[in-house]
Amino acid sequence: MPGSAQASRQLLPAVPLAVLFFAAFVLPLMALIFVSLFSTPQFVEMSPIQYGRFFSDPFSVRVLTDTLLLGAEVAMLALVLAYPLGLVYVASGSLGRAVITFLIMLPLLTSTVVRTFAWIVILGRDGIVNSSMLALGLWESPVRLLYTWNGLVVALTQIQLPLMALPVINSLLRLDGNLMKAAEGLGAGRFRVFFTVVLPLTLPGAIAGWLLVFAAAATAFITQTLVGGGRIILMPSYIYQQAVGVQDWPFSAALSLIFTLAVIGIVFAIGVLSRRSMRGVDAT
Amino acid sequence: MQRSLMDRLYAGVVGALAGFAMLLLLAPTLVVVIISFTGGITLKFPPPSWSLRWYGELLQSWEIIEPALNSLKVAALATILSAVLGGAAALGIARSQLKIARVLDALFMSPMVLPAMAFGLSLLLVFNMLGIRLSVATLVLGHTIICVPFVIRMVGASVQQLNPVLITCSLSLGASRWYTFRRITLPLIRRGIIASCFVAFLSSFDNVPVSLFLADARTEVLPIKLWAILEGSLDVRVAAVSGVIVIVTLIGLIAAESFGGVTRQIGAR
Repeated sequence: MPGSAQASRQLLPAVPLAVLFFAAFVLPLMALIFVSLFSTPQFVEMSPIQYGRFFSDPFSVRVLTDTLLLGAEVAMLALVLAYPLGLVYVASGSLGRAVITFLIMLPLLTSTVVRTFAWIVILGRDGIVNSSMLALGLWESPVRLLYTWNGLVVALTQIQLPLMALPVINSLLRLDGNLMKAAEGLGAGRFRVFFTVVLPLTLPGAIAGWLLVFAAAATAFITQTLVGGGRIILMPSYIYQQAVGVQDWPFSAALSLIFTLAVIGIVFAIGVLSRRSMRGVDAT
Repeated sequence: MQRSLMDRLYAGVVGALAGFAMLLLLAPTLVVVIISFTGGITLKFPPPSWSLRWYGELLQSWEIIEPALNSLKVAALATILSAVLGGAAALGIARSQLKIARVLDALFMSPMVLPAMAFGLSLLLVFNMLGIRLSVATLVLGHTIICVPFVIRMVGASVQQLNPVLITCSLSLGASRWYTFRRITLPLIRRGIIASCFVAFLSSFDNVPVSLFLADARTEVLPIKLWAILEGSLDVRVAAVSGVIVIVTLIGLIAAESFGGVTRQIGAR
């Protein structure tokens, strides 16, 4: 079979990377599983005790649920902002579109530490929000915004908004404008057109963006530690603290796996559910 | 009458939220650049006076310059490695119909879904088990894996847009495989390669979770240094570093844009 031999030969250029990925990606993940199965950091006996330890400790479970909740909150907020932005983008001329594209690219291209640092400046005691609220006389004394949950949610929303805006804009661009005209012609108000026509038909883009933002916000170590501060403990800093601070490698390996499976599990489950519910929409 | 009122409300809500979103996207970058020119010694906004003093301080801060040079070196090496290995792999798998090509594609993309923290830790565990000492090489290896997904996606997209007839023609006209690659394939996927190098470089330069575990004591990288500074105190020199990063990235973006339309490539991702 010369055809199949040629087809396999076509794959030859991928061999070096496949070897590298086996050594530096697959093997490490197997090591992570292996290490998580030791009962003490001394690596004497093997048992799944680390997993029991995690799920029987309310603090650890709370850290996990808080982290997933943070991802979900940030993704919802980003969704609420991305649609209006996308609708304005679609309605704009080429100059408007170029400006919005630039604005979306800007945070994507400036480093995470820089973006996080910006939020420290904005939310700090002498920051923009505090000084303008004081100047307007709306607040009597500076309010603590940095090192709070809400401050962290807002900062992460801005930092991850581009991941939501790009897929939402892409699916809005693909939407057939005649459908909206038809709905309006039949007497639907613009709110109704949005919620019954635009939103359902662009849901795949929204879900794609939601999942990207969810995963990015849940794993954003730098922003979580700097804007959230030391008192908000989330999975990435918990893993780091257990691995580097306490040097408890089996437990930190178990934490890493539980966290990874939780994030991937949610992404996978929402992906499957949305594809299932979307079947009817695609057919129309 | 009531309907037009609701419609006007809709336009108002959409306009206001979109305006807020645009402000939100722009403000932080602007704030960083503005605060880097402060003459004060705190991050008070607006700055009480203007000066270039923090950029001057930066030039004398070897403890920041050295990590910056380390980061540039690691990012350059990781970009080259991921572009060469990832580019070759993308050429191989992007148009293959074989099932194994899809498996490889999923494998090469998976660093994107795996929390980088978990990957950094797992690589550290392997190096430890095998008795490999941490060095610049281990760091570059970790960063290369993180960069590969960008190359696979962007170069893969360019390869799929490439008309295979062009290659068949070149080969049947007597050109060698290497000549065909150099003169036909490479120029046509150039845009994807430039865009992916740009994004790969930025993501390596910016990476913290992997460096946190894989950098040895001597190779401190810039984002971790800045993170450590900010955890301790709110040092204004970080504003100057941020100003430099923003300006250099913008220049890089303009250069990469004129070579290969980077924003379109990233947007199409």
